Amino acid sequence: MTDLEKYTKVFAETFDVNESEVEKLEYQGIELWDSVGHMSLISALEEAFDIMLDTDDIIELSSFEKGKEILSKNAYGIKF
Amino acid sequence: MMFNLSAYKGDVSLIDGEHCVTYEMLIHKSNAIAKAIGNRCLVFILCTNTPASIYGYVGTINNNIVPLLLDYKLDNSLLNELLNTYKPDYLWLPKSGRHHFSGMKCVFGDDGYELLKTCYEEPVSLYEDLALLMTTSGSTGSPKLVRLSYDNIRSNTESIVSYLNIDAGERAITSLPMHYVYGLSVINTHLYAGASLVVTEKTMFQREFWDMVKTQAVTSFSGVPYTYTMLEKLRFFRMNLPSLHTLTQAGGKLDPELHEKFARYAMERGKKFVVMYGAAEATARMGYLPAEYSLAKAGAMGIAIPGGRFELSDDNDNIIDLADTPGELIYYGPNVSLGYAENKEELANGDEQHGRLATGDIAQRDQDGFYTVVGRKKRFLKIFGKRINLAEVEHILRQHFKESEFACTGRDDYLFIFFVGGDMDEKIKSFLVEKIAIHPSALRVLSIPDLPKNAAGKTLYRELEQYYDL
Repeated sequence: MTDLEKYTKVFAETFDVNESEVEKLEYQGIELWDSVGHMSLISALEEAFDIMLDTDDIIELSSFEKGKEILSKNAYGIKF
Repeated sequence: MMFNLSAYKGDVSLIDGEHCVTYEMLIHKSNAIAKAIGNRCLVFILCTNTPASIYGYVGTINNNIVPLLLDYKLDNSLLNELLNTYKPDYLWLPKSGRHHFSGMKCVFGDDGYELLKTCYEEPVSLYEDLALLMTTSGSTGSPKLVRLSYDNIRSNTESIVSYLNIDAGERAITSLPMHYVYGLSVINTHLYAGASLVVTEKTMFQREFWDMVKTQAVTSFSGVPYTYTMLEKLRFFRMNLPSLHTLTQAGGKLDPELHEKFARYAMERGKKFVVMYGAAEATARMGYLPAEYSLAKAGAMGIAIPGGRFELSDDNDNIIDLADTPGELIYYGPNVSLGYAENKEELANGDEQHGRLATGDIAQRDQDGFYTVVGRKKRFLKIFGKRINLAEVEHILRQHFKESEFACTGRDDYLFIFFVGGDMDEKIKSFLVEKIAIHPSALRVLSIPDLPKNAAGKTLYRELEQYYDL
């Protein structure tokens, strides 16, 4: 599985949506992505990629797209 | 009058982004709503953490008008049930929710909120000391309400102000919803003390929240157990927040390990971490663990608040005097509610509790007089700080899925639904997510061949524990 596939799967499973719908997801854009959902997402991402996100990154990760940007940073070294 | 706001006229009461609301403006704005309503009557307020929502609350409570505070996100069918049960005279709600009530006339509006006149013809009779109505279980939308008096609110507010030392220099941020008694108590205590509130709908997962905490020099915030789990994940201990000096926790028992971590953090940084205990039936607060004991007594709930008293009672209603002996926690104090209401007629009822509340929690007292909650007598869970009555959830499920049998159990933050019947896990899950606004990550739905029952047909919840390992 590529990193993008893995990343997509985490979003689809956390928020119970089809993989084709994940790209437009945003924090508080759907009911399930509230503060509780956000924490589930962060835990799932940390587990899937075996990383530990910084406070700023946890807060900034406010959309599917933004998350790709953050995980691509050197500290995490994930390639999309 | 509940709040003597004119004593703080020129001071800042609310801060909303860049915008400051002085106490003088708060008086003006809230009185305008009261004036549009006119006489003492019942008003539903659909709450958000916005100044307009607070204007509605202050306007009603300070002018002898009785509000019921509800979550503006409350499911529409549940809201309709409450409307039909209590038949309020007015609704104060965000403009964006107005289209659900197209039959009602807007008679006043301010700052994104509108006052709608309902069309119920039957007058509601309200007991003279009745000040405020709160739901017991915000999310299941049970029509059962807690009736609070002016004395209840005043005494509990004064007590909290005194043990937390809240003065005019304090500045809290609204990190909890105001339809929730704990969130409301933060608003009450700060307005009572002439302090300021940073009002926001932002959550701690948004940059704007922490920016506000820093730029507005917020001095305190409050959270339920789950808030503290999340704060730890957010690497809160590494954040530099010099103005923040008080963290309070209530809404369920905090994991003792986490309690200790936050207590240690607070001690090292010269901040106060105050674990508290309460219920809607006691206006908000009944107990607290003084900050200086928060590390030494980590895991404990604390002592009774000023003006209140605890007792432990055994199964035969005898008082337990021995230390470290569990019994039901009984609270006595002027903040114990008048009682419940389940229909409009009961809003006319007087005080049925007489200052005594059997909490349903099992607690024990150590030799130093500190109480620790060790279990529950009644069947309910706290899910992310919200009280979920298990019998009620079973009832809602049975009404909807008439062919199946259900049993609900679990522990805090994990609700297990056991059912007998075919492949409908997903259906049950999505139904509950919508109906009681519970996050799916807290739900486990399991199909089992039979529900364990005793000879009398009562479900044996103990035997369901084999299906989960918590």
